Amino acid sequence: MSDDTLPEATTESTTGFPGSGEIGARVGMFGVTGSGDTSGYGGLVRTVALPPLATRPYGEWYDQLADAVTDSLGEEPRVVLHAGELTLIVRREQLAALMQQLRDDARLRFELCSGVSGVHYPEQTGAELHAVYHLLSMTFNRRVRVETSAPDSDPHVPSLVSVYPTLDWHERETYDMFGLIFDGHPSMTRILMPDDWVGHPQRKDYPLGGIPVDYHGATIAPPDQRRTYA
Amino acid sequence: MSTSHDTAADFDAPGSTVFTATGQDWDQLSDLLKETPEERVVVNMGPQHPSTHGVLRLILELEGENVTEARCGIGYLHTGIEKNMEYRSWVQGTTFVTRMDYLAPLFNETAYVLGVERLLGIEADVPEKAQVMRVLLMELNRISSHLVAIATGGMEIGALTVMTIGFRERELVLDLFELITGLRMNHAFIRPGGVAQDLPPGALDEIRDFIALMRKRLPEYAALCNANPIFRGRLEGVGHLDLEGCLALGITGPILRSTGYAWDLRKTQPYSGYEDYDFDVITWDTADSYGRFRVRLAEMDESLRIVEQAADRLSRLEGAPVMVADKKIAWPSQLAIGTDGMGNSLDHIRHIMGESMEALIHHFKLVTEGFRVPAGQSYAAIESPRGELGAHVVSDGGTRPYRVHFRDPSFTNLQATSVMSEGGMVADVIVAIASIDPVMGGVDR
Repeated sequence: MSDDTLPEATTESTTGFPGSGEIGARVGMFGVTGSGDTSGYGGLVRTVALPPLATRPYGEWYDQLADAVTDSLGEEPRVVLHAGELTLIVRREQLAALMQQLRDDARLRFELCSGVSGVHYPEQTGAELHAVYHLLSMTFNRRVRVETSAPDSDPHVPSLVSVYPTLDWHERETYDMFGLIFDGHPSMTRILMPDDWVGHPQRKDYPLGGIPVDYHGATIAPPDQRRTYA
Repeated sequence: MSTSHDTAADFDAPGSTVFTATGQDWDQLSDLLKETPEERVVVNMGPQHPSTHGVLRLILELEGENVTEARCGIGYLHTGIEKNMEYRSWVQGTTFVTRMDYLAPLFNETAYVLGVERLLGIEADVPEKAQVMRVLLMELNRISSHLVAIATGGMEIGALTVMTIGFRERELVLDLFELITGLRMNHAFIRPGGVAQDLPPGALDEIRDFIALMRKRLPEYAALCNANPIFRGRLEGVGHLDLEGCLALGITGPILRSTGYAWDLRKTQPYSGYEDYDFDVITWDTADSYGRFRVRLAEMDESLRIVEQAADRLSRLEGAPVMVADKKIAWPSQLAIGTDGMGNSLDHIRHIMGESMEALIHHFKLVTEGFRVPAGQSYAAIESPRGELGAHVVSDGGTRPYRVHFRDPSFTNLQATSVMSEGGMVADVIVAIASIDPVMGGVDR
């Protein structure tokens, strides 16, 4: 998707709880449609839901972290606890202040940022593009994940290079792959793809590409056109 | 060699001159440079250059022989592995991630697999033997990776013997990999739920022979390099980066430990049962290239200690399972030795083709459709030879990864090129980058 085909930008902030809860639904059993299914499984509808928001008390050191974060945000943070990992879900307006506090607060001390990873959820209207940060506190030997999101129509997230200089290349990679623009980055350019590349390859609406391959007389479709079982 | 004033105007300041060096023309080039009034020279080094560790492009701004600015251009080895994984099953993902950092394939596999296992909730169910085999393979891999780091780093400063003996020993590790996994590189051996295959007969003896041999050979590196005045002269004080700089730039691994900070995820956040092994975290206090060399050299000794302990444990685990008991996740078939070598297990084929329709359906479903991973996300970080290797694994509850992102330490550490080499000599840029030990397959993915 090239930049000029983007819908008109809105100033609306992200709504709902992007990063948790329902993100879509799956229909049928094997991902096959239009095959004259007589098994009845074709009528299956299963919702796809990310882990729900957690409520207090979170247990272990998580409450202590939530207290410290509440001081900075001025409100209770949205927390997802899943698979033994803690995720803080914040609006992008709060991101810069929160990350600064996570690094500097003596109760938190997340000295090391492991980078930012983009995720594209096309079904989450108004919060399609997610930026996921993984932080490590070497002082307390803890990890935390911070997730924020931006709508496709306004793909802007503040740059955190001034807080964690390591994010320089990571933010460029996320821009390159997802089209998320990190406002305030010293040089928001592509890093892995060629400078004149059109589109952002890791987005879900960007095709994988590939050509059919002949193998011993059979034609094998490219991977993204084969039957899926998702 | 050629000069061009036309192309200069295209991409550089007006009035500047572009020289194209094509090899064996340095004399002419230096004569031409003498006539140029400007002292500032921008040299484009790479992406095809023997001492850039693969396809790394360096853009160096020089004043004489001093580097005033150094920038990296990367992406020449970008292969879209993360995108491709979204179109394959969770198990097939291991065949992709193993190709990222090609000097540490077993670490890529482990990081990915730990992330998937966390989402599956089977971390505690992975059998002991699989855990020990993972540790054994990873530590062998650490030795081979550090050997390449030391070998290529030595080669780049002219210490060719270090290169030849480094690759000689690495070959022994690759032979062990070939024996255990069937392949020298790109193993896809560590799978969600365990490992692909049990140890072959005789593997433990080979490993013990290797340990005994390496105990003799590793001291050779120390004897050759540690006090060598040329080696020390080239490495000491070069590529300095202190602890504060490391944390700001997110740098981990031997570079961080060369500042004196004993941060090693195997000790601080143990995974795969590393807490059961007796080993030390190596540090150095000079924060320079020489310190990083010494850290890597000593880490190989520690890895040997772990390999030895793992081999001892494996000798007591003969016949134990190497895959989770959950048949909804475990790969249905194992390979077997036939008359023509390792191949399909004829017993398994007889079972699914002749005896049990249910077994055939089960095999077919798991192999073509794959298992589902509960929706959510996880971040599994391990200590690769280059630092924190993290896998951010996102699932939407389907049979394919929704998104997998690798936090590759080479990618992050390479950002230190500028601070390590600016203000130094151009010859030290090579040493500084060699001490970062970037692997472009991991940087570009």
